Amino acid sequence: MEYLSNTYFLLALTFAAYALSQLLQWRTQLSVLNPILISAIVIIAYLKLTNVSIESYNEGGRYIEFWLKPAIVALGVPLYKQLSTIRKQLLPLIISELAGCVAGIISVVLVARLLGATQEVVMSLAAKSVTTPIAMEVTKAVGGIPSLTAAVVICVGIFGGMTGFKVMKMTRIGSPIAQGLSLGTAAHAMGTSRAMDVSDKYGAFASLGLTINGIFTALLTPTVLSLLD
Amino acid sequence: MVIQCAIIFGCLALGELVVWLTGIKLPSSIIGMLILALLLQVKAVKLRQVEGMANFLVKNFGFFFVPAAVSLMLYLDIICAQWLPILVASAVSTVVVIVVTGWIHQLARKFF
Repeated sequence: MEYLSNTYFLLALTFAAYALSQLLQWRTQLSVLNPILISAIVIIAYLKLTNVSIESYNEGGRYIEFWLKPAIVALGVPLYKQLSTIRKQLLPLIISELAGCVAGIISVVLVARLLGATQEVVMSLAAKSVTTPIAMEVTKAVGGIPSLTAAVVICVGIFGGMTGFKVMKMTRIGSPIAQGLSLGTAAHAMGTSRAMDVSDKYGAFASLGLTINGIFTALLTPTVLSLLD
Repeated sequence: MVIQCAIIFGCLALGELVVWLTGIKLPSSIIGMLILALLLQVKAVKLRQVEGMANFLVKNFGFFFVPAAVSLMLYLDIICAQWLPILVASAVSTVVVIVVTGWIHQLARKFF
């Protein structure tokens, strides 16, 4: 059954699995049913059952992965659209993003080390709060395992989306701007989609948070990590 | 669509050039993003010249990292071996980021 590892069949399977996972999430409205996670589980199950190698899968998969970099460049458009908002609130935004970014890197590194994680794993966790392509690029730069980062980023997104509003209620973070910003900063696109559920204003500031934290994390992670060594 | 691709890949290529010239420890894609925002701001690029392609890419962001998530099967052993530090550290740190960002923002707005 050579056809089972046909590149175009595997690409079609990936599109279909993702489309159905998206439909499943729309129907159920459950943030746990993340389309990336569900379609990856479906494809992994397929590869295991049919004994098709990950190398065969990646012959098609790399054409999908190729679009990650242009997609990050495309984030320049929402960034540009929010420039006037950013300018008006420049100082509070920069200060809170800076604090959130550095606190995130330090806390994840310290807790992971305390619980006995290896150096390679610690490096893979440092950029866990930001959107996957940026986090994976940062992990590559600091010598972690990009795929592990991708997995952790998805876990963080699910966790942040599920608990974010409860945490903010308990800690008296009440202003819409602070709430949106915090969700986007801590839980990237998945936190942003959760914020978008509440209102566009929350969503706008969440996407601002994910953008600024993405840049800060890319710029600062190597430096913060070297200070922690 | 060809012009839109030319602009986005052009920004990415410029990002690659900056990395190659300076050896900066920053992904070329992020530098490309900043270049695109800058070009839009100085009106060297008009919004309608990139918006369609950019929206398509941003809206389908999730799909592009499915293969990366599939590659996860290669790392199941590492995750299982160290699931406690990985999951606990990520959860604790996510709460820390939410609280620190929110508190500092509310505090900073009182002063500025």
